[in-house]
Amino acid sequence: MSALKRTPLYEKHVELQGKIVDFGGWELPVQYATGVLAEHRKTRESAGLFDVSHMGEIIVRGAGAEDFLQSILSNDVSKIAPKETQYNIMCYENGGCVDDLIVYKYSETDYLLVVNASNTDKDFDWIAKHAPETLTVENVSSQFAQLAIQGPNAEKILQTLTDADLSAIRFFHFEADVVVAGKICIVSRTGYTGEDGFEVYCDSADAVELWDAILKAGGDEICPVGLGARDSLRFEAKLPLYGHEISAEISPLEARLGFFVKLDKEADFIGKEALKAQKAEGLKRVLCELEPIDRGIPRAECEVCVNGEKVGVVTTGVPAPTLGKNLALALLPPQYAEPETQVEIMVRNKPIRALVKKGIFYRKKTLAR
Amino acid sequence: MNTPSDLFYSKEHEWVRVEGTKAYVGITDFAQHSLGDVVYVELPEVGAKVAAGDEAGVVESVKAASPIYSPVAGEIVETNANLEDAPQAINEDPYGQFVFVVELDAPFEKGDLLDATEYAAICEE
Repeated sequence: MSALKRTPLYEKHVELQGKIVDFGGWELPVQYATGVLAEHRKTRESAGLFDVSHMGEIIVRGAGAEDFLQSILSNDVSKIAPKETQYNIMCYENGGCVDDLIVYKYSETDYLLVVNASNTDKDFDWIAKHAPETLTVENVSSQFAQLAIQGPNAEKILQTLTDADLSAIRFFHFEADVVVAGKICIVSRTGYTGEDGFEVYCDSADAVELWDAILKAGGDEICPVGLGARDSLRFEAKLPLYGHEISAEISPLEARLGFFVKLDKEADFIGKEALKAQKAEGLKRVLCELEPIDRGIPRAECEVCVNGEKVGVVTTGVPAPTLGKNLALALLPPQYAEPETQVEIMVRNKPIRALVKKGIFYRKKTLAR
Repeated sequence: MNTPSDLFYSKEHEWVRVEGTKAYVGITDFAQHSLGDVVYVELPEVGAKVAAGDEAGVVESVKAASPIYSPVAGEIVETNANLEDAPQAINEDPYGQFVFVVELDAPFEKGDLLDATEYAAICEE
């Protein structure tokens, strides 16, 4: 076992009474003193600050960078302009997922990919292996810290720390070289909570000062948020998590992420043929929303049964605090995917009745710009 | 960490309060603090027989489920229905919220249970 890694903010987490856990090899707080539910609520109602410095950053640079990304990513990278970001799946030949990631486009020859922490090395190897020698592919994860400031008051709070006009950064866009609290940052209007907000990338050496400045600027309107609420927030907004809704074994089509899989884009990409075939033959299973009828909390990996026969499995089950329900996502064969289909979720060997639903997850009331 | 001196404790972080032939069982302040926000409590069936060390309920935080073991042997004669609607009461008042009551098979003996001082010591570790 290699030693656990720490972000530049580790000491801050300890100082804030963070309950430190091993998260995929990183020592990070699952919650702070106030607890998961309070952190969740604060983010929905006002603002939350997350240390997501463990996320990976990979540079792809050089002539032909766009064509190369088109050949390994599911979305149509040619559709985005400089200063725009785009959600993508990187697939294996068989259509399974290497990872999901966000592409930041500086220009046709200069991109930054933000990938899942625990997949960073695997992703880098995969990208480097497939990249033409003329391209620069560089894992710059250790140089960057990343803070996410999320929630309806995120813009107001962050705006007090910069002269740049944050309202001009639209959803899924970014600005590089933004000075925030005296530090040079990349600021994107992106996030993983279902709320408006920003992800702010800075030099690792600047992370502590930036963190302190944001908490101070927000005062009572912001709180630090740990991994527990990060998961409940993303789940409640039905955002996928690698290793749960998507994985090497679960294709993006099965995860119903087809909107981000452009099978009709001109460029061939790794996995395209397999995904086309999946679509043509009909999917064997699809991600479904489940709402329990009985009391209890379905959890990931719980079996889903119909008439006592196992038909599928829960990918994530967590209480959805804002909705006040214990919801679940599960992979089910299409014949059971119709809304109002009744299934049983096996929780500690006891069946909990649940209904397949559509559109029951959290959506914020005001649309992001 | 609060560990009242009139209770007995298990190494698995349950507390026991003996009243005559009945034992009230709940989870300790240390346990509720380690779990974080309690969002669900699965209560045992009234009438169920339990041996000491048997799983007799489950307490769940946002992230995880943890078993509650009965520290004593007997029959479950009462459960705390309040926890079905207000599981967070365990966080607010862990010693005021029993989870279940056991009618003891035999007169209470401390056995492997800990007193407050002994229990506080293992929580320090």
